[in-house]
Amino acid sequence: MERHFDVSLRELKEQLVGMAGLVERAIECATLGLVQRDRALMTQVHEIEKKINEAHIAVDDSCVKLLALQQPLAADLRLIVATIKINTDLERMGDQAVNIAGNATRYISAEPLKPLVDLPRMFEEVRVMVRETIDSFVRTDAQLAREVLRRDDLVDGLKNKIFRDVLEHVKINAGDIEQGLNLILIARNLERIGDHATNIAEDVIFAISGEDIRHSARIETIKQALT
Amino acid sequence: MSAIMEVSGLNAWFGAAQAVKEINLSFEKNTVTAIIGPSGCGKSTFIRCLNRLHEEVPDARAIGRVLLEGDDIYGRGVDPVAIRRKIGMVFQKPNPFPSLSVFDNVAVGLRLGGLRRASILKEAVERSLTLSALWDEVKDKLNAPGTSLSGGQQQRLCIARALAVEPSILLMDEPTSALDPISTAKIEELVTELKKAVTIVMVTHNMQQAARISDKTAFFLLGDMVEYGETSRIFTAPKDSRTERYITGRFG
Repeated sequence: MERHFDVSLRELKEQLVGMAGLVERAIECATLGLVQRDRALMTQVHEIEKKINEAHIAVDDSCVKLLALQQPLAADLRLIVATIKINTDLERMGDQAVNIAGNATRYISAEPLKPLVDLPRMFEEVRVMVRETIDSFVRTDAQLAREVLRRDDLVDGLKNKIFRDVLEHVKINAGDIEQGLNLILIARNLERIGDHATNIAEDVIFAISGEDIRHSARIETIKQALT
Repeated sequence: MSAIMEVSGLNAWFGAAQAVKEINLSFEKNTVTAIIGPSGCGKSTFIRCLNRLHEEVPDARAIGRVLLEGDDIYGRGVDPVAIRRKIGMVFQKPNPFPSLSVFDNVAVGLRLGGLRRASILKEAVERSLTLSALWDEVKDKLNAPGTSLSGGQQQRLCIARALAVEPSILLMDEPTSALDPISTAKIEELVTELKKAVTIVMVTHNMQQAARISDKTAFFLLGDMVEYGETSRIFTAPKDSRTERYITGRFG
C-alpha cells in the first residue's frame, strides 16, 4: 500500500538528488577548468553554487515540514534525518568546488609547476566517490555506501602523495612556492569533498539499516585493508 | 531495575478463539510500558489478563503465569478482587460512577475496603486527586456529581479512583482515545509523573503517544508479541519488518 507520505518522501529524495547533480557538475567544472586551463568553466562553478545554496534551503524546508506534519517514525524518520545531514554535506561540497575553482584560477594564471599526474587521478577517485554515494542513496544500497568508505582511503593516500611531491619540489625550487601552495590547496579541497562523501555514505547506511557506523568505520576499513 | 511483574507463557481465549499466544514479558518497577498493535491483536485482552478482568467475560479463559512481586495472581485461592486492588485499571472511556460525587468516586474503593474514618478518607481523596493532577480543579466542587466534570477531568477522576487504593501497577487501556489534545497532553504529563509512584502498562493506538511517554514498547500482532524493547529503539530502528510496517502506517 503506497501512502501519500511515500509520494512526499520520493519528492524529497528527488530534490536531494537534483541538488547532488548540481554538486557533481560544480566539482567537474572546477577540476576540468584546471586540467584544460579554462576560466569560463571556473566562472560556471560560481553560478552552479548559487543554485546549490537555493537547493540547500529548499531541502531543509521540505524536511522540517515533513517532520512537523507527518511525525515520521522508524525508516521514514531515519530517511529524513539522514537527508538533513546529507544536505549539509552536499552544500559544503559545493563550497569546496568554489574553493577549487579559486585556487585553480590562481594556478592557471601562472606557468604550470609540472604536468598534472596525481591530481587528475584524485579528481577521478573523488568523482566516483560522489557518484557512488548518490547512487547508494537513490538505490538504498548499503553495500555500495560501504565501497565509498573504502575509496576514501585511496583519496587520502593521493592527497598525501601530492603534498609530499609538491613539498619536495618547492624545497629545491623556492620560486614555485606560490604555485605549489595552489596545488596543495586543491588536493586539500578534494580530500575534503571525499570526507563529505564519506559522511553521506555513513548517513545512507544509517537511513537504510539504523546502524550508526560513524567513527568506527575508519577502524573497520583499516582492519579490512589489513586482512 | 527489578521486575515488579513477570508474565510467562500467557495464553488467552474467547471460547475457541485464541486472542493471546504464549506471551513472556516483564515489567520493571516505575516504568511505563506501551502495548501497541492493530485492532484485534490481543493487546487489550493481554492487559485484562494482568488483573484477571479477562475471565469476567463469559466463555473467556486464560492460562499462564503472572507473578506480581513474586506471587502468581492466578494461584490457587487467590481472590481476583484483591488482585484488582493491587493492579488498577483505567479504561478508554471515562466511567465515573454516575450517582456518586467527585469525592465519593475517589473514596469508593477505600470504603469497599472497609475504611470509614472521615479524616483518613479525606486525606486519601485529596492525595489521589493531587496525584492525578485534578485537585486544584475540583477542590471546590467535591460534592458535585463526577459526571458533571469535563471528559478529560472525568478520566483524571478515574485515575484518582484507581490510585486511591494505592495499587502497585496501573493498567491503562487507551486512556486518551476519547479525549481532546489538551486533555490528552495532561494525561500524558500525568503518566510521566505517576510512574514515580506506580508501574504503568498502557495500551495505545497513538504511536506518538507511545513514543513520547513510554520507556518500553511491545508490539502485538494476531495475539503474538512480535517485538519488545526500549521505546527509543522500537521507534527509530525496529528489528522486525512487521513492527516497521505497523509504526510507519504501511499495514494493509
